[in-house]
Amino acid sequence: MSIAFGNPDRPNSYIGKTVPRPNITKLVQGRGRYVDDIVLPRMVHVAFVRSPVAHGKITGIDIEAAKTVPGVLRVFTGADLAEVCTPWVAVLAHLKGLKSPPQHPMALDRACWVGEPVVAVVATTRAAAEEGAALVEVDYEALPAVTDTMTALDKTTPVIHPDMGDNLAFRRLHEEGNVDAALSTAHKVVTASFRTARHTGVTLEPRSILVDWNPAEGQMTAYHATQAPHMMQTVFAKHLDIPESRVRVICGDVGGSYGIKVHVYPDEVATATIAKIMGRPVKFIADRLESFTTDIHARDHEIEAKIAVDAEGRILAIDVDDWTGIGPYSVYPRTSAIEGNQVVNLCGGPYDFANYRAQTTVVFQNKTPTCQYRAVGHPIAVAITEGLVDMAAAAIGMDPVEIRRRNMYRDDAYPVTSPAKMRFEGLSHHASMDKLMEIMDYDALRADQAEALKQGKRRGIGIASFIELTNPSPFMYGIGGARISAQDGCTVRMDPDGSVVALSGVTEQGQGTEAMLSQVVAEGVGVSPSKVRVITGDTQVTPYGGGTWASRGAGIGGEAALQAARALRSSILEVAAAMLQADQGLLDIRDGQIVDTQTGETRMPLEELGRIVYFRGDTLPKGLPRELVQTRHFITMDYPFAFTNGVQASYVEVDTDTGVVTLLKHWCVEDCGRVINPQLVDEQIRGGIVQGLGGALFEEIHYDEDGQLLNGSMADYLVPMAAEMPDMVIAHVETPTKESELGAKGAGEAGTAGAPAAVMNAINDALRPLGAQVTEMPFTPERILRALGTIHD
Amino acid sequence: MKASVGGYARASSLDHALQLLASAEGAGRVLAGGQSLVAAMNMRLSTGDLLVDISRLSELSGVSDEGDTLRIGALKRHADVGRDALVCAHAPLLAEAVHYIAHAAIRNRGTIGGACAHADPAAEFPACVLALGATMHVAGPHGSRAIPAEDFFEDVFATAIEEGEILTAITVPKAGSGEAQVIEEVARRSGDYALAGLCLVKRDAGHRVSLFSVGPKPILATGAMAALDAGDLDGAVAALAGELDPPSDTQASAAYRRHLAGVLLRRAVARTEGGKA
Repeated sequence: MSIAFGNPDRPNSYIGKTVPRPNITKLVQGRGRYVDDIVLPRMVHVAFVRSPVAHGKITGIDIEAAKTVPGVLRVFTGADLAEVCTPWVAVLAHLKGLKSPPQHPMALDRACWVGEPVVAVVATTRAAAEEGAALVEVDYEALPAVTDTMTALDKTTPVIHPDMGDNLAFRRLHEEGNVDAALSTAHKVVTASFRTARHTGVTLEPRSILVDWNPAEGQMTAYHATQAPHMMQTVFAKHLDIPESRVRVICGDVGGSYGIKVHVYPDEVATATIAKIMGRPVKFIADRLESFTTDIHARDHEIEAKIAVDAEGRILAIDVDDWTGIGPYSVYPRTSAIEGNQVVNLCGGPYDFANYRAQTTVVFQNKTPTCQYRAVGHPIAVAITEGLVDMAAAAIGMDPVEIRRRNMYRDDAYPVTSPAKMRFEGLSHHASMDKLMEIMDYDALRADQAEALKQGKRRGIGIASFIELTNPSPFMYGIGGARISAQDGCTVRMDPDGSVVALSGVTEQGQGTEAMLSQVVAEGVGVSPSKVRVITGDTQVTPYGGGTWASRGAGIGGEAALQAARALRSSILEVAAAMLQADQGLLDIRDGQIVDTQTGETRMPLEELGRIVYFRGDTLPKGLPRELVQTRHFITMDYPFAFTNGVQASYVEVDTDTGVVTLLKHWCVEDCGRVINPQLVDEQIRGGIVQGLGGALFEEIHYDEDGQLLNGSMADYLVPMAAEMPDMVIAHVETPTKESELGAKGAGEAGTAGAPAAVMNAINDALRPLGAQVTEMPFTPERILRALGTIHD
Repeated sequence: MKASVGGYARASSLDHALQLLASAEGAGRVLAGGQSLVAAMNMRLSTGDLLVDISRLSELSGVSDEGDTLRIGALKRHADVGRDALVCAHAPLLAEAVHYIAHAAIRNRGTIGGACAHADPAAEFPACVLALGATMHVAGPHGSRAIPAEDFFEDVFATAIEEGEILTAITVPKAGSGEAQVIEEVARRSGDYALAGLCLVKRDAGHRVSLFSVGPKPILATGAMAALDAGDLDGAVAALAGELDPPSDTQASAAYRRHLAGVLLRRAVARTEGGKA
């Protein structure tokens, strides 16, 4: 029996409705349990001495003074930890040519970025550990720092890792059709360079880990703010030589992740290593400066791109040359080549065109390593694509909406394979654009823009269509050799009181995963969501799974939960049929009651069934299955990824005297397939848009040419804040994926994917009559004025 | 990061505070609202301080009408400055400036005396008191001194306050009838330090223009003031560009700040003339 999603009045219709989040009261009352809230007996704290130089040979380490600080217990160097922890190499077999040197938990003889851990000081308090760390003296012999991406491969640039031969980490060229021919014969070719700034995720809760090693049990327990507990279990086991079954990773409440917490960090592995050496619990909580210098960075791309169109605005070719600098190491185990690879995969995504060439060049640098951060590669690819499309429209005098309509894949064209060889099961570009036009009242907005101009106000409208990669299959990491599960599982059980417990391999980082799971399970079984308790984030308890990243929680974890819940429902009904001597097919579970399907008449509460099964099983027929625990797993099989789509619009006002951009309003129509919880999806979209707007206007990690980080604080790295955020209107088109009964695709990254491009296009729409254009993010007041020619030097 | 504090003592009176500072032998640091000092300590930019907490000294609080001047206690918190009836009536520049200072939590704790004594070149209040021609009152082991605002701000985080002294109050001349006081600034985000900011006071005696975030300390733009007195706005903008040597940082270049100062001056003048900014 399938769920009648089309009928909002069906029984137990929780999927598709905004239901309260089960964990929200706890979180807003401050009753969450984050890693830093956990205090264990004999627990100690570790603070790290970090490299102050971007590239330097370590010529001496003096730890004697640190050891005299009251409370300091042990001081470890990189060499000490290397005796216990094996190094890792972050490459994936399917990213051909990707190379990266072995990386240890702490630097051995050489530091390669400002912030790399060099010495660990363990003490009874964090303050004492910091006191000790301040007294550690490390001597460095300066080595030349490589900081510029575009010259990293020049012959005159020093090679960071001589064993690697050069500074090239990865390069991929993808070619489809005949780009050169299309460019040479096209009606119009537009060339542009784009730049996206280096960002970091800035999670509210910093990276946090508490690791305990119990030699008596031979078991390591890591309380870890992570998105991927099972992946971390494998990592700790492998590099600390512990059987995988003897590593337990517990991930309680997590204060935001955005992709930052899905990677292996040297200081976190060092913490685990120290716990194993000392045989006692060791806690490491990154402070904000450490977050800026050691949380992964992302998005630092420089791009040259071309688009060719015919006189009717049809896209003939897109040609992209993308460069990015990733720091001195590819980040384990997902690697730092994925972002550039995504740019190649995603450029031109919404459009039906024939000739495509894209190359990404990924180079080593002496800066903080970069890796996957929310909407990996998408904001870059969408900015390139949508920037080019708008420029092409302007060049041929066509409305930006019209040029998109002429090029987007028809809504009935699916399945199709894009020139980037991405396979789309079903998208809704035109329906989404139609809905966008309706909710933003495009024509009225154009009229308002013209009216504002009469008053001297420069306003602009920007449109950005996008695709988003969600629900990844093993084609993302597994085929490359990484032990990162694309499958996920859920165990659902009914307890004697008729309540339901769901144990899921996907995790909650504050976005509402557990709410999503509770309502899916509630509908699947036939109980109220308040009767469902959700347990996530414990490798010893939940089914094995991948965790929450790449917008997979609802699409993969939700489907596993639905199937497990439906299986439990069947088990319950089988018992109920025996107890009531009724036909199982004529019984249903509604709001925690066994009912007659036809009449809705209540036959028995679930707690009565629970009482009989658990305490008076003797009264049931011998041999009657009574398995009130069911587990199901789900993995996508038909498509490597479930692509979603959407379109955003931004309305801005540019102050051409000061260069300040004011965000007036923002719209997003997106299609994540089945919407399970409208409020959570809308807020995911809004939060994602905010992060995208941050990239468009504010966020930029600055380094000087020596590789010194210049803005490692919340005062200097500008995250988007409420006062600058516009009103946002969110709407949906639903094209469920046919790969699952639930039909859900991911929604977590769509906002971030499209917002920067929408703002860029809006600003350029405002500036175009003045002959100015900006393509380097963030669009600071100064960059606006330089584009206008107001300031020069 | 954990702060490394040398010690803490709460002063029960101004004399007590001065004694505590004297006995600290140079390591004493006055703690008022703590909105800059505590942040610095938490970054270990300042360690080993012997904190002298003056936040409960009633003699440093309050605003009083002294005839031609207003006396504002150094401990007057930003938010209280913004809603004080006497300040709003007689020194509206200070009240308007409060809206630009950081965020509500900081405005509720930070003090006007702390802001002036800290002398962050990007802060609003130092530029305001400079534009108003205020007098800064300090108390020390050898008695009290009154320092004109023009002589008070010396460099980045450096003032005329001597070792062992405490800023106790600021007196500002009450606005005359017809006097206009405006502040204009541009920041990347609401509450951020200004990329550049400007205070304009238009009095019978002439214009006073001060700027912040464009140099090592708040700048009194005397060239621009003279040009405005002569009714030459374009000349004032040109003079301003010549008398500023702004810094470049990750937020904006010197050239941008210099340009912005001129824009802000035009906007401020337009407001004092009742026109649209």
